[in-house]
Amino acid sequence: MEKFDRLTGVAAPLPLVNVDTDKIIPKQFLKTIKRTGLAEGLFYEMRFDEAGKPKPGFVLDQPAYKNAKILVTGENFGCGSSREHAPWALLDAGIRCVIAPSFADIFYNNCFKNGILPIVLPAEQVDLLMDDAQRGANAVVTVDLEKQEITGPDGGILHFDVDAFRKHCLLNGLDDIGLTQQKADKIAAYEARQRTSQPWLNP
Amino acid sequence: MAQPRTLFDKIWDSHLVDRQDDGTCLIYIDRHLVHEVTSPQAFEGLRLAGRKVHRPEAALAVADHNVPTTDRSHGIADTESRIQVETLASNCADFGVPFVAMDDVRQGIVHIIGPEQGFTLPGTTIVCGDSHTSTHGAFGALAFGIGTSEVEHVLATQTLIQKPAKNMRITVEGARPLGVTAKDVILAIIGRLGTAGGTGHVIEYAGPAITDLCLEGRMTVCNMSIEAGARAGLIAPDETTFAYLRGRPMAPKAGRWEAAVAYWRTLPSDQGAAYDKDVRIAAGDIEPQVTWGTSPQDVVPVSGRVPDPAAVADDAKRQAMAQSLSYMDLTPGTAMRDVRIDKVFIGSCTNGRIEDLREVAAVVEGRAVADGVYAMIVPGSGLVKNQAEEEGLDKIFRAAGFDWREPGCSMCLAMNADRLEPGERCASTSNRNFEGRQGRGGRTHLMSPGMAAAAAVAGRIADVRELSR
Ligand code: SF4
Repeated sequence: MEKFDRLTGVAAPLPLVNVDTDKIIPKQFLKTIKRTGLAEGLFYEMRFDEAGKPKPGFVLDQPAYKNAKILVTGENFGCGSSREHAPWALLDAGIRCVIAPSFADIFYNNCFKNGILPIVLPAEQVDLLMDDAQRGANAVVTVDLEKQEITGPDGGILHFDVDAFRKHCLLNGLDDIGLTQQKADKIAAYEARQRTSQPWLNP
Repeated sequence: MAQPRTLFDKIWDSHLVDRQDDGTCLIYIDRHLVHEVTSPQAFEGLRLAGRKVHRPEAALAVADHNVPTTDRSHGIADTESRIQVETLASNCADFGVPFVAMDDVRQGIVHIIGPEQGFTLPGTTIVCGDSHTSTHGAFGALAFGIGTSEVEHVLATQTLIQKPAKNMRITVEGARPLGVTAKDVILAIIGRLGTAGGTGHVIEYAGPAITDLCLEGRMTVCNMSIEAGARAGLIAPDETTFAYLRGRPMAPKAGRWEAAVAYWRTLPSDQGAAYDKDVRIAAGDIEPQVTWGTSPQDVVPVSGRVPDPAAVADDAKRQAMAQSLSYMDLTPGTAMRDVRIDKVFIGSCTNGRIEDLREVAAVVEGRAVADGVYAMIVPGSGLVKNQAEEEGLDKIFRAAGFDWREPGCSMCLAMNADRLEPGERCASTSNRNFEGRQGRGGRTHLMSPGMAAAAAVAGRIADVRELSR
């Protein structure tokens, strides 16, 4: 996983609530057996019509937002299915940070596993950033994970909270599985206990 | 005296492998269900890192999302779908994971076959790369959906890194009125909580209108916990649970069964256990439900009308509502019962079990699907299909004009060939009515199997109680 420490880039506004995972990446793109190449499916139905022709106007297709690295959006972003294709598609399109008043649990979790930082801020602060994000190519925002700060285009600073362990993993690009495997003896001890206490779980 | 604990607390505590100082926990996973859509990248990850599957026998894999629901003897026509299904089969063979093949009679939707096989057991932790894993909470198991990275983590270590969820209890008091099913109860709950109401929580369902339900109904309720934003739903195991499980192929055998049941009896929440949120709902107030919009929270009683965005004060909410209504092509104030439908889909992990099919048969027996309506029934598994055929339900369905198909996810998410065409309107027993969920431009109204059957017969949304005998 790529590290996340400090990110500076254009923030794109997506002022919608309850953006579900079907909307982020529709099912026809779930047939892949790879993690990459999903950007073409990102927000597909908002970007292409029924015949597959581009619909003009979607924010990430506008020249000013082509290289956006941050997405500012509404509450309950990522609700619906557990598909990790949603963060994979965002990542593939260059988005490394999503800012919203709230996220659906599984999506939120999936972001951290892929080097994307999801930031929860109070609705008023998201509104401010949403206004900032309307400035096109000038909507340059810096997210500093170490300091837990967002610096807006006018230099205003917002503080955000993040779980300490997740922050640590993201800052160092750590592989969860590697970390857990260091606890192999504890897992073995648990399994030994369970074999005695709940023998019916093992055929 | 020990602190009273909830059912969730008990399962959580008994699965703790490690707890870090910052509160991050490593929990043990007893059961892992695997399907073809969310697993290929996980197996690929293991391969790249040279890792093995830690405990293959704790997993059970099946292909369900991409399988055709018509004759399968010629395999899968769509290349990408076929590759995904074949990839699952070869990954399972390579890593030693038990796999139920497409031509196996036990094949079906992952959340239907787990319980059927007795793989799902009370007091266990169960995960799957699928949000509707919450279904298994009906047995008093802590069951939740995970992403593909976590699928890989579980395969490699049989554990997950987690923080404890908050406890919510929803007590459904009193008895369900006639014609009101588990689906109506959960839709009414989602309407009340909203799709984010359960975020961060595990919902324990309690009260007589829940404990009255058979296991199939309990699974319907827990299945849609995710539509209320919760990761998991839970119902305390009781005699109904034990009776369902007894004798299932993977359930504990005699000799171990008694010890298992004795343990399962200790699981229900203690008197006085604390909940972060406690909600009470009167079953008597619930009518058959139907959705009007593009979110499962957009729900009204069948006697209701399409709501009016003009009556909503909040800007964002009003716009979202107007957008849904335009997508759904509905006019505010229209009686739900005046909404005509083109298709009917009966199936999915929410309502593809035998009880659901019996409910449909009771409504459609001796009646016919309305002219111009196409209605399909997709059993949740091969065993459900066989059971229904043994009971003669397929004859009732066929006589009424229903298409009786092979098991799978089918038009619940339209990843196989079954889908709505743009503009088509569907009465569906599935769980999501998002834009495009059942096919691009398709319009979904969620409801119970009985209500979908009534809609098939009437050609419009109808009140099943008017058709009951
Ligand atoms: S039936 Fe629908 S909700 Fe259930 S697992 Fe299949 S696609 Fe998902």
